[in-house]
Amino acid sequence: MKSKTIKLDNLARVEGEGALFIKIKDGRVIDARLNIFEPPRFFEAFLRGRHFSEVADITARICGICPVAYQMSAVHAIESAFGMRVEGQLRALRRLIYCGEWIESHALHIHLLHAPDFLGYDDAMKMAVDHRGIVERGLKLKKAGNEIVALLGGREIHPINVRVGGFYKLPAKSDLRSLAEKLKWAREAALETVRWTAGLPFPDFEPDYEFVSLRHPEEYPFNEGRIVSSKGLDFEISNFSSHIAEEHVEHSNALQGVLKGRGAYMAGPMARFNNNFDRLSRIAQEAAAEAGMTAGCHNPFRSIVVRSIETLYACDEALRILDQYEAPDHPAIEVEAGPGTGPGTGPRTGHGCTEAPRGLLYHRYRIGDKGLIEDAVIVPPTSQNQKQIEEDLRNLVPLHLDLSQEKLTWLCEQAVRNYDPCISCATHFLKLHIDRV
Amino acid sequence: MKRKETPKLALWKFASCDGCQLSLLDCEDELLAVAGAVQISHFLEASRAVVKGPYDLSLVEGSITTAHDAERIHQVRRASKRLVTIGACATAGGIQALRNFKDVREFIKIVYATPEYISALETSTPISAHVKVDFELRGCPISKSQLIETISAFLNNRKPVTPPHSVCLECKLRGNVCVMVAHGVPCLGPVTHAGCGALCPAYNRGCFGCFGPQETPNTTSLSDQLSRLNVQRDELVRMYRGFNAGAKPFRRESEKNEE
Ligand code: SF4
Ligand code: SF4
Repeated sequence: MKSKTIKLDNLARVEGEGALFIKIKDGRVIDARLNIFEPPRFFEAFLRGRHFSEVADITARICGICPVAYQMSAVHAIESAFGMRVEGQLRALRRLIYCGEWIESHALHIHLLHAPDFLGYDDAMKMAVDHRGIVERGLKLKKAGNEIVALLGGREIHPINVRVGGFYKLPAKSDLRSLAEKLKWAREAALETVRWTAGLPFPDFEPDYEFVSLRHPEEYPFNEGRIVSSKGLDFEISNFSSHIAEEHVEHSNALQGVLKGRGAYMAGPMARFNNNFDRLSRIAQEAAAEAGMTAGCHNPFRSIVVRSIETLYACDEALRILDQYEAPDHPAIEVEAGPGTGPGTGPRTGHGCTEAPRGLLYHRYRIGDKGLIEDAVIVPPTSQNQKQIEEDLRNLVPLHLDLSQEKLTWLCEQAVRNYDPCISCATHFLKLHIDRV
Repeated sequence: MKRKETPKLALWKFASCDGCQLSLLDCEDELLAVAGAVQISHFLEASRAVVKGPYDLSLVEGSITTAHDAERIHQVRRASKRLVTIGACATAGGIQALRNFKDVREFIKIVYATPEYISALETSTPISAHVKVDFELRGCPISKSQLIETISAFLNNRKPVTPPHSVCLECKLRGNVCVMVAHGVPCLGPVTHAGCGALCPAYNRGCFGCFGPQETPNTTSLSDQLSRLNVQRDELVRMYRGFNAGAKPFRRESEKNEE
């Protein structure tokens, strides 16, 4: 009888604070946990009593890497409560700022957080000693994404220009033109990134995932669509809670998302890619084909290639939006007086679900008298993926028991990073015990 | 040989969104130069390699919200020659300090069905409430240029240059039209610490105070002015209770309007 424990107290190169614990006995994994010990911050609680116009700025602070995703899910949920639809060029500008966040977040994860695993470096700074050109290209690509967010949002982290109904201010045409020039370079750089990541060494590993993502009738999904799964689910975002439950697992401090009656599932780039390959632009599809990737890819280590393909798509889509842009008459449409906007006008509920870089991000708000939030529910992608991450570890470890402890630990870290987990996001699901001081 | 003399830089995270430490990775043009000038010795978001202390400069993100973290910050302090807080969480308690105004148990009951396992303190407090802090960098998030300025100042043994005036003055410097005077938009610019370059007014909206109070803010006079713009008292409370709700001048002004 042989038993072995893999334990890592501080998971690095992920966003937030987490730990890894795996116990192996007789060649079988008997326990696999991704522990989340990040302290809770109570967002859903203190959103109560805040005005709906403040929600986008407040929820952005859940995550410094994907604030745009929080702002987008928030404004769409609130607009749906008021029965508003933001269309035309304002809708396109929202897509554009989301492209910026995907490029920034994906380029960060590909080059600074994930690639060092494939090449055996502790971090990108060390990787840069041998692969300076690649790291520099990655940083410049990341910067291009940040420039979109900064132009439309005012700054890269926690943009200040997003509001219910649209934006506070429209971008200047001349600024958009110079942005387009930079994005042409970025699109080329993203194409090279797809080629480069496709050549990395991938461990053999192909679990039978159920991929869950948005699907839109015409577009690769950002802000709108129905929720679909690769195994046949297809429902409205307002039915999110009827299909997806947060399950409390004894060993974990967080609630984990499961599909009711079905179990773990994967959200994020792999899910979007597999469910929406036909919605990618031509250049992205061609680059995918060249990289040997098409719908039906189940190897999570290849998510680094998928992120590169999505980065390429986001550059291409941003250029398309810029090319077709005409300034709208107003930076925003206003919420009309009605239920939820004045005293004595009963509550209204709205749902929003958008594709954060890491996957589905669901918000639900009940808005009461005077436009104040009565109830808020937020389900971030990482808590949805957490159960699948643990299942991956259970299935992966037995295939690599011949590795040294150090190499096996590193492989497990890499397997967690396949999901680009954002632990700050997942944290507000923590179960709590109060210490009184 | 050279390695030995390279100053060690460490980054520590407490309750936060990671945005302020991400600001360092967002310095795309400077990152590799910084990595060459210092030994990045503890920066979990970026590296799995950890170098033992003591550290010449520790940057601390996040606020103290658990008993464990209240211990840990002392360890960080002991291992650090200089300690600089980065952002509103570390400097004022952050948005999570909104719990300080409520009964935390109420908060928990609202959101969580079965409170268990993880410990949480009743308050979210800034780092300076626990250990000596050598310098505080404001903002939610911090400004990238102020971060680079602060790192290079500490490496060269000088004081960082971060102007203490208000966002209001930054508007004048930038040539913004005053949103309050011209459009009647409520704005915390007159009492908020500079650093963002008057970003929100440049985007036609009022400042919501993400850089926290300036040194001697006249919040009473601003509240009077806002009342004349028809801002109700409950709105005033919300305005001061944002990302720097725990900073004393904002906390006091919000409590005054709650009475
Ligand atoms: S101050 Fe703001 S940006 Fe910085 S860590 Fe805290 S919430 Fe994030
Ligand atoms: S204007 Fe105020 S709220 Fe806006 S970025 Fe500056 S300090 Fe923050």
